[in-house]
Amino acid sequence: MNTRANFDQSLQELKTLQLKMAGEAETAVKNAMLSLLNRDVELANKVINGDHLIDDLEYEIHEKALMLIARQSPVAKDLRRLHVALKVSSEVERLGDIAVNIAKSTVQIGNEQHVKELIDIPQMMEVALEMLTDAITAFYSEDPALAKKCAQKDDQVDKMFGELVQELLTYIPKNPDFTNQIIQLAYVCRYIERIADHATNIAENIVYLETGKRYNLND
Amino acid sequence: MAIQTLTRNIFDVKDLNLWYGDHHALKGVYFPIQKKEVTAMIGPSGCGKSTFLKTLNLMNKMIPNVKITGEVNFAGQNILHSKTDLVELRKHVGMVFQKGNPFPQSIYDNVAYGPRIHGIKKKKHLDELVIKALMDVALWNEVKDRLNAPALGLSGGQQQRLCIARALATKPDVLLMDEPTSALDPISTLKIEELIFELKEKYTIVIVTHNMQQAARVSDRTAFFLMGELIEFAETSKIFSTPKDSRTEDYITGRFG
Ligand SMILES: Nc1ncnc2c1ncn2[C@@H]1O[C@H](COP(=O)(O)OP(=O)(O)OP(=O)(O)O)[C@@H](O)[C@H]1O
Ligand SMILES: [Mg+2]
Repeated sequence: MNTRANFDQSLQELKTLQLKMAGEAETAVKNAMLSLLNRDVELANKVINGDHLIDDLEYEIHEKALMLIARQSPVAKDLRRLHVALKVSSEVERLGDIAVNIAKSTVQIGNEQHVKELIDIPQMMEVALEMLTDAITAFYSEDPALAKKCAQKDDQVDKMFGELVQELLTYIPKNPDFTNQIIQLAYVCRYIERIADHATNIAENIVYLETGKRYNLND
Repeated sequence: MAIQTLTRNIFDVKDLNLWYGDHHALKGVYFPIQKKEVTAMIGPSGCGKSTFLKTLNLMNKMIPNVKITGEVNFAGQNILHSKTDLVELRKHVGMVFQKGNPFPQSIYDNVAYGPRIHGIKKKKHLDELVIKALMDVALWNEVKDRLNAPALGLSGGQQQRLCIARALATKPDVLLMDEPTSALDPISTLKIEELIFELKEKYTIVIVTHNMQQAARVSDRTAFFLMGELIEFAETSKIFSTPKDSRTEDYITGRFG
């Protein structure tokens, strides 16, 4: 007999909601990146207008987690699970905001030709997206090893970010007419670097959920 | 179970086994109890919590067919040795039961009972002890005008605090409490818990409770028993956050079939 079937079902529902929210944010990030690469303003607007769905899910998750804390007196892993639901949903909400920021840069650039063919930015995007997908998969399968693997890529993204921004800034004197675009692209690099940070934070929370230990995977 | 250094331990139980006839009720229990701490014992019904508690003041020594082996060292002496003076032992190790069980006497006489047994006769000295004990359990203000009224006229929560006062009146070192709040309303329960928190300044307290939140709130260390075995014994914060044994986790999170 499962003595806490009711509570377990509520926890399962909470996890489903979290996965739904993470999926929405992952899609928003992906679409925002595509909109930038393809100068697709329509797709960018779709990302901007869809963000409230992610905010609503965060609210719903917080309400549910707090209600379960109040009514079920969770301890040990149950308590960590609810703590992690609160923390991770806030990280995911920030990811939604970052997707909106990237989409806004797409709108700013409009259909102006890119100052040069984008090569390094899509590469950096790919690593950050991989990290995000790994973090979400690790959460789904409660797999601390995958979470640690995800976080290890953070350094790579940080390094790419540093180099890319340096390079972008050298373009401004040579292409003064593209100053606004170059600044937007530098912002986008910063946003991608933040995506990797949030993915790392999610990964840290999964390690904590499973082991009860705090790992700083960021350094 | 790792055995800790002995200096701070008021009790040091080693390889304790207890049988009721054929029934092996405590199995190789090692259990150090530290001075001026609250130690909680949790575990499913029948796992041996009360049996263990009663062994600490040898309440179960007189039960026919009971066999006890191992060591129960109290203040450095193994009390399982036959020469132990039970009256003296219980002066040091008081006990409070699940239901407040005052004697059908006055409030005053209930509290004075222990000191009188131990030979205190002077009214002035008795008065002092009674007042002090009633103050310690925060009952004095509620009963000071009716010390000669029957104890059975008190509410359940007051009766329980009176029984704690009765146990304290002999100035014990250790207070054993077996589910002291299981028959009380939430406010009386919290009052007893506050009291426990204050009492640990002066006393060592061992409490059996079925209320996991109570163990989490009041104790410094928690022991989890299962079928006569001590499964895990650690700081309460550790037991309720990251227990080592999966059986402990299952029990405290309520996943126990
Ligand atoms: N006087 C006795 N004679 C025979 N068996 C006993 C006696 N007292 C207890 N037992 C048995 O020993 C085991 C432990 O009992 P104990 O009272 O210590 O359990 P407990 O953990 O305090 O349970 P509960 O939470 O229900 O109070 C049980 O199986 C019980 O039936
Ligand atoms: Mg019992």
